[in-house]
Amino acid sequence: MDQILQHALNGVVLGGTYALLGIGLTLIFGIMRVVNFTHGELYAFGAYLAYLFVALLHLDFFLSIALAALAGFALGALIELVLLRPLRSNDIDTVMLVMIGAWIALQNGEQFVWGGVAKLVPSPFAQEPLVIGPVSVAPLRLFVLGATLVLLVGFYWLIDRTRLGMAMRATFQDRDTAALMGIDVRGIYTLTFALGSALAAIAGALLGPIFLVNPTMGNLVGLKAFAIVILGGLGNITGATIGGFVLALVEEFGAGYLSSEYRDAFGFLVIIAVLALRPQGFFARKARVG
Amino acid sequence: MTEVGENGAARNVALDVRDLAVHIGGLVALGGISFQVPFGAIVSLIGPNGAGKTTAFNVITGFMKATDGQVFFRGRDLARLSPERIAALGMVRTFQRTSLFTACTVFENVLTALHLRGRTGLLGALLRLPAMQREEAALHAEAREILDFVGLAGRADEIAGNLAYGEQRLLGLAIALAAKPTLLLLDEPAAGLNPSETESFKQLIRRVRERGATVLLVEHDMQMVMSISDQVLVLNQGRMIAAGSPAEVQRDPEVIRAYLGSGKRAAA
Amino acid sequence: MRARFGGLLFLALAATLPLWLRDPYFVAILTSTGIFIIAAISLNLLLGFTGQLSLGHAAFFGIGAYTSALLSLGFDVDIGLPSPVVVDPKPVWIAFFGAVVVSGLFGWLIGKLAFRVRGAYFVIVTISFAEVMRMVALNWVDLTEGPMALNNIPPLSVLWPGHGLTALVTKSQQYWLVLAVGVVCYFLVARMVRSRLGRALIALRENEPLARSVGVRVTHYLVVATVVSAAIAGAAGALYAHCVRIVDPDVFLFIYTVTMVIMVVTGGKGTLAGPVVGGLIFGLMPQALRGTAPPEVQWIIYGIGIILIVFFLPRGIVPAFADLARLRMPALRKPASLVR
Repeated sequence: MDQILQHALNGVVLGGTYALLGIGLTLIFGIMRVVNFTHGELYAFGAYLAYLFVALLHLDFFLSIALAALAGFALGALIELVLLRPLRSNDIDTVMLVMIGAWIALQNGEQFVWGGVAKLVPSPFAQEPLVIGPVSVAPLRLFVLGATLVLLVGFYWLIDRTRLGMAMRATFQDRDTAALMGIDVRGIYTLTFALGSALAAIAGALLGPIFLVNPTMGNLVGLKAFAIVILGGLGNITGATIGGFVLALVEEFGAGYLSSEYRDAFGFLVIIAVLALRPQGFFARKARVG
Repeated sequence: MTEVGENGAARNVALDVRDLAVHIGGLVALGGISFQVPFGAIVSLIGPNGAGKTTAFNVITGFMKATDGQVFFRGRDLARLSPERIAALGMVRTFQRTSLFTACTVFENVLTALHLRGRTGLLGALLRLPAMQREEAALHAEAREILDFVGLAGRADEIAGNLAYGEQRLLGLAIALAAKPTLLLLDEPAAGLNPSETESFKQLIRRVRERGATVLLVEHDMQMVMSISDQVLVLNQGRMIAAGSPAEVQRDPEVIRAYLGSGKRAAA
Repeated sequence: MRARFGGLLFLALAATLPLWLRDPYFVAILTSTGIFIIAAISLNLLLGFTGQLSLGHAAFFGIGAYTSALLSLGFDVDIGLPSPVVVDPKPVWIAFFGAVVVSGLFGWLIGKLAFRVRGAYFVIVTISFAEVMRMVALNWVDLTEGPMALNNIPPLSVLWPGHGLTALVTKSQQYWLVLAVGVVCYFLVARMVRSRLGRALIALRENEPLARSVGVRVTHYLVVATVVSAAIAGAAGALYAHCVRIVDPDVFLFIYTVTMVIMVVTGGKGTLAGPVVGGLIFGLMPQALRGTAPPEVQWIIYGIGIILIVFFLPRGIVPAFADLARLRMPALRKPASLVR
């Protein structure tokens, strides 16, 4: 029983960051119809910036995370303006190829700049785990959980309550109608991509101190983000949130009770199973993509 | 006296539509329509925009699912059959917006559309068996014959996307004919054509019928509908409001009301 | 006519190459390039002719490599049955064709799924499939030796004139082997796409509703294309196993799939010559850049290269050159065909 609680807690901590990743990716797909292969690299980018700011420039830990998010936002906006905006009228496969190219270039750029050796981001939190009843958790992980929950709530507020969120939802529903209503659709695209990228970067900056930072860390995470998005239904934000937690719990319990070697395979098995059984995702009422 | 076949349909009926209904979201696109198309006839389906004509086409040919009702083609229930199965049974449609394999040549378009006329599978293709080569030669001959029939023989090597609009409409018909339909469904074939093109298209439809095909037509050009049809069916807001010979339909007060009421041309 | 002459000339050059190019290192590079070209040809069948982007193509390649290696080495594995499954070593060519069949079967499975999920979904399914395969290869140590790799895989052998049954171990012999298999695969795909079957595939790519309206069965043809594509990729994988003679889980790496995609897209998807042209460029480019730049810089160049090609040569090199030739030589100005 204690073990179950411990796994559940670990799963929830991981799930928060997965949800951040999934939301960013699903937002970009839902609004822009872009299969974003650079998402995992933005995650790695955030982690490396956290390393740069905290370990090399000795900035404040929390400030560093905020700066990483801002930088992710800027890089996302740049990618959108340079690569995606000119290709707006091209089909999804063409855009996908460009994103693959960008992904390869970004990942190897990270490798070139930082080298292949994994980096450790120091954190200001104590190493000793807090013991709460039957379970124990590192203070850093508790902070990550808190931060992700705050971000998730903030994001929902942005989408549900602000004019920007309304414009994004309108674009999501119907691009042409949104444009007729006077919404700057091109601006929304740039903002969407930048926002999704910022979420990925912040997820990287938060997880960087927990795991080691290395150039290929984005690969697996990028693919997992796809798993989360598929689980929740492409373009479905609530689905991606739930999907993030579900995938993390599946991984955590799968690793704990079935096989730790196949930990990372569970996500992909989930994708294949979902697509074979219910391609529109488990939390979608209707398919978003034809 | 008509003979009665299986499913209670008359033997001389090509298409038998019974209480066909389609609801999209909360909207009633088709509210339960019934009609029959006898073999060898040219039947037209008319009605104001949004009357449900194209929806009816889509459901009959398997591109959309019916909410309720049945479609029998030559006595066979088409429920849950895919468009490609339905095409294989001999019911072939054209599309309202010109639909071609635009990147391919005119000849290749027709050759591709002759799919059902061939049998070559993977093994035949890989081994280039003599039977496959004979079949290929026969298909080429047939493609030329079809292009000749619609009058595009001289344009065979042109890229389909480069054809003039009227020629593209003809190619659309040639593609459908290549599937050897017993029942041909034409979705606004004359849309966008000039009067002389419309006239020659009309002659073409007559010749298609003479070659043994039954034709169901959706059309806005009333002059064409009234001069070519054996029978006219009138839809309005998803319901069948009249059916009969062109003359009967033109006199029908409800039809006149429907057309005038919706601000469209009068049915005359 | 001119194209056929060019093809024959190319083939003659390729076939005699080890005789006049006496640099075994370069021959070996061309051999591994050839293996990738075969894989790219198979990917092109899906990506170019049916329009389905498979980003898990390395999976079929890897399955072919592992199957052929395991069958030729023999293996025993406990899968929970009362007694372990024991497979004795099989002759190499039986292993080779076994690999083709097994890859084809996996292709059938993925093809069936592809019918339900298209576009972006298909891409993600195929990526996931390759990742799962890599993890199985990494972790099912009893069968695959995991990261320790399968070693000492026997080479393929043929009846060599004057020598009887000979194992193909020299660089030139392996080169000819890969060339022969490559030529066979090229012509298999060429025949397939220039038949009724190929027209059905192209029809589905060009205009699916219209294709269905004239009776082209979507499911059937997508599955057939995926099976053939997977089988050829499996053959490439098997060649890899018997030429390199060592197979590790890295054969499933996503970067290999990406390499194949780059080759196809650069050369021209949906053209027969495209994967060959693209494959030669991207197979030989790392060698040209070797020593001048660290690998990550090469990859950065690759990545930017893909972007530039999509922006400036969206249809690839082969169609671009064909257009150019038609413009320069009016005599050749006849309409582009379905298949170049």
